[in-house]
Amino acid sequence: MKFLRRFFIRLSNFSTGRRADQRLQEEMAEHLALQTEENLRAGMSPSEARRQAALKLGAAQAIREHHNAEQSLPLAENLLLDIRYAFRRLHRSPGFSLIAIATIALGVGATTAIYSIIDATLLHPLPYPNPSELVRLEANLTGVGAHDIGLSIPELRDLQNSGVFQYVSLSFYGTNNLTGSTQPASISSKSVSPSYFAALGVDAQLGRTWDPHDATPGFLPDVVISDGLWKREFGADPHILGKSLRLDNDVYHVMGVMPASFRDQGQTSDERSTDLWAAAGFYGDPAPPPMRATRFPFETIARLQPGLSPEAAQGRLDALIAQLKKQYPADYPTQGGWTIHLTPLAETLVGKVRQSLILLFGAVGLVLLISCVNVANLLLARASARGREMAVRQALGAARMRLIRQLLTESLLLFVLGGITGFAVLFCARKFLLQFVPESLPRLNDISISWGVLAFAVVVSVAAGTIFGLAPAWLTSRLNLNATLRQEGRGSNGSQRRSRLRHALVIGELALSLVLMIAAGLLLRSFWDLFKVQLGFNPTRVVAIETSLPNPNDPKTDIYHTATQEAVLLREVLRRSRTIPGVEETAVSDRAAIPLGHSQNDRRAVPLFREGQEAQSNQPPLIDTSIVSPEYFHLLGMTLMRGRPFVDQDVEDTPLVAVINQAAARVYWPGKDGKGEDPVGKRVLLLGRLGRANPDWTTIVGVIGDARTESLADAGVPQIYLDIYQRPAKFLAFYVRGQVDPAAISAQVRTQIQSVDAELPVFRKETLDDVLSSSLSVRRFSMEMVALFAATALLLAALGIYGTISFLVNEQSREIAIRLALGAQRRAILKMVLRQGLTLAAAGAGVGLVGALIVSHLMAGLLYGVSPYDLFTFSGVTAVLTAVAIAASYAPALRAMRLDPIATLHAE
Amino acid sequence: MKEKPDVLQGTLALMVLKTLDVLGPQHGYGIARRIEQISGDILALNQGTLYPLLLKLEHEGSIVSQWGASENNRRARFYRITVTGRKQLQTETRDWNQTAAIIARFFEVKAEDLP
Repeated sequence: MKFLRRFFIRLSNFSTGRRADQRLQEEMAEHLALQTEENLRAGMSPSEARRQAALKLGAAQAIREHHNAEQSLPLAENLLLDIRYAFRRLHRSPGFSLIAIATIALGVGATTAIYSIIDATLLHPLPYPNPSELVRLEANLTGVGAHDIGLSIPELRDLQNSGVFQYVSLSFYGTNNLTGSTQPASISSKSVSPSYFAALGVDAQLGRTWDPHDATPGFLPDVVISDGLWKREFGADPHILGKSLRLDNDVYHVMGVMPASFRDQGQTSDERSTDLWAAAGFYGDPAPPPMRATRFPFETIARLQPGLSPEAAQGRLDALIAQLKKQYPADYPTQGGWTIHLTPLAETLVGKVRQSLILLFGAVGLVLLISCVNVANLLLARASARGREMAVRQALGAARMRLIRQLLTESLLLFVLGGITGFAVLFCARKFLLQFVPESLPRLNDISISWGVLAFAVVVSVAAGTIFGLAPAWLTSRLNLNATLRQEGRGSNGSQRRSRLRHALVIGELALSLVLMIAAGLLLRSFWDLFKVQLGFNPTRVVAIETSLPNPNDPKTDIYHTATQEAVLLREVLRRSRTIPGVEETAVSDRAAIPLGHSQNDRRAVPLFREGQEAQSNQPPLIDTSIVSPEYFHLLGMTLMRGRPFVDQDVEDTPLVAVINQAAARVYWPGKDGKGEDPVGKRVLLLGRLGRANPDWTTIVGVIGDARTESLADAGVPQIYLDIYQRPAKFLAFYVRGQVDPAAISAQVRTQIQSVDAELPVFRKETLDDVLSSSLSVRRFSMEMVALFAATALLLAALGIYGTISFLVNEQSREIAIRLALGAQRRAILKMVLRQGLTLAAAGAGVGLVGALIVSHLMAGLLYGVSPYDLFTFSGVTAVLTAVAIAASYAPALRAMRLDPIATLHAE
Repeated sequence: MKEKPDVLQGTLALMVLKTLDVLGPQHGYGIARRIEQISGDILALNQGTLYPLLLKLEHEGSIVSQWGASENNRRARFYRITVTGRKQLQTETRDWNQTAAIIARFFEVKAEDLP
């Protein structure tokens, strides 16, 4: 306590110090005067009186200084002085200060921008309490390579009773038709276990969510809606609770409204903006009876018991599974290899973009490093100009530590000012910059410039300022007093160490920018290759418009229950759409068949049993299915390789038919010798669709050419296409090809659809070209950003080498002048300077190439179609760097060549 | 010449407080004179060191100061002891007496007195 009080006294003295000192001085003067008077009265001579008085008072100056040192904070006082001096210095050379501050602002601003993205996505991916307890469960059949097969109700109960989890919750994302308001709307909805919100740890802002232990069969009659839906569709009605709404013709009641800040978890932005949650027990009507083998392909999330690590939980889970396998050997055949894998939920959400973001952060870190190096270089250049100042200060008794402290204060001030500038620019431009972030990035809406981000910017600037200010300060303060002072105004030629460091810095800068440029070059080539890839289908002039049919819980109320019922609607809508002016072709498919456009949620993998190849009990491979109308292949320009496409004669009553792609033919009918056998005419059984187990054999009638409809990067994903007139689908996409106005077509198609059924929502219109380009968005974003950073790095490196060579020319101007005076050829001088630039460039490129090899090896996963050691990119980029280095040294070299020897030597 | 004893740490403050307590408000020179008179020539005091001490005591709230006129009508800063100062003086006086008593007892003890 006493220490603290003393500190506060000192602190207050620090602010009032000047006054206290003044008072001391006055009081002592007063004392002196009184004593002198008294001495005079005692009969001393005036001079003796003063002398005696002063003797008696003691060393006034020393007492004052001692008092100041003891009662104040000399460190802070010095710091204040240093800062004031640093400000004055910055003010005196505005050009230098501006360049340095702008460079740092660029580096810190860019780094902070990327950090703000990482902060929102990687560091805080889950906006729920205790996010580390949340895990995602994935059941796999490792024996047959089937992933994420889902859980059955008995398995779910086993997990709930295992004691490993607080809650285990199934969820199934989809869309529902909300009817009753002005325009039928399709809303994102999730069917979840009643424990879903309890597992996430979030409660409603209005009303409540379900009781986590509620396990009624079928759907519960109450739903929870999002704040957005509440405001959009219900005008934020405060009496919403208990009101009814119609979903796919079923009536539900609103039980709760989630807070505005709540975002659902999920891998797509659609899923994260879910508007409505319905609870289901997932057994009883309409779900099939709870059998151990009837698995739902649902997402399973769970909250671990507090304090249980994911690893420990996995261990207990493995034990449970081993026991279940022993207990139910018929349901879990050994060759299936049933396992349940547990992953922290946060990891599953950012998995895909993680690599891209880390790459970006690395790239921007390099830019920051280069800008710091550049500023350090500028500081060093100034150091030689300040050699005299430092020598004089030292000669006057300044300690070296004191000098370093002063120099460090100056560089820290520069960096902090730069950091603040960068942050301010970022803060003002955040809205503008966010436009460039691809929408597919998870938690895009949560990217913000928060206090944490500000703290990051400040820490980065201070750390950079300390690290990159220390070396110049060290070298500047280290000098030979005699030599420097004797050299008078000639600058310090003897600063060998300093120029070595400058060269090292420039080489480092060049190397770093080479690394960045090679990374950018490789990404650019990958992007270009993907862009130019043979799609296997033709997206031009095709617009896809989605609608969805109601899917009521009671099949008896479903007017589109059978394929024949649905066919009437589909054929009529297609016929009417063809009458829209400009439309040449139309087709319809389920949502999973939209090329590249559909999200992960729509992918439907079903077990594929091949006739004669597998017994029923074996675990079959899974294959992606698409349900399409006969016109689909022609409209998308996909070529038939063998057999026939669907025809109008394939209807519900005729034998089921399917078309597969070449990849499926290659993988599943490889033939005995591996040359491939003709799959046409083979029969398969497709099982496992929820509630629609179909025991009928499906005959393969045709093979279609591979198309990159699943992923641009993957040429051959096995696909099986089914006929929409044989297998009804609820989530539909209508396609039109032709000279249509993309802005108007949506309304035109809506009119046609709703003239057939006014209850159907029509939503999400997109041209396939847009779909294509947005499927590249994350790649494009990281490519563009890295390219931008690389360009910045190159510019900074060019500035660095220009500065260094200019400085060298200045330093050597005497030598050059003497050479010229002695008759050296001007061309030789030019060559001499250029050679210095080239040496630096060569060293930089050498170091950089090694670094680039390491980096490109690490980023191999982000590349497509180009080797990480692509010779063309490596050599091209090196050539560009060398050319820029030569160009940047050319100006100072010309100046050296045109030096006037007489003027130079006179000036010295 | 014989070395004069230095002012013992902390005792100067005690002297100042006692002086102000006995004599009432005083200016710095007056306090210095008083200390000199009482201690005679025995104590070697750089009178200048008095002033930082006065500042410190004022900061601690033991004394307060205000401008006034000295005997020969010069403007001078007068110091006055506060309630806090009086309390401090009491405690320190007691402490000092205790210490002095203990030390005195040690000096009185002779070898034959010890059991």
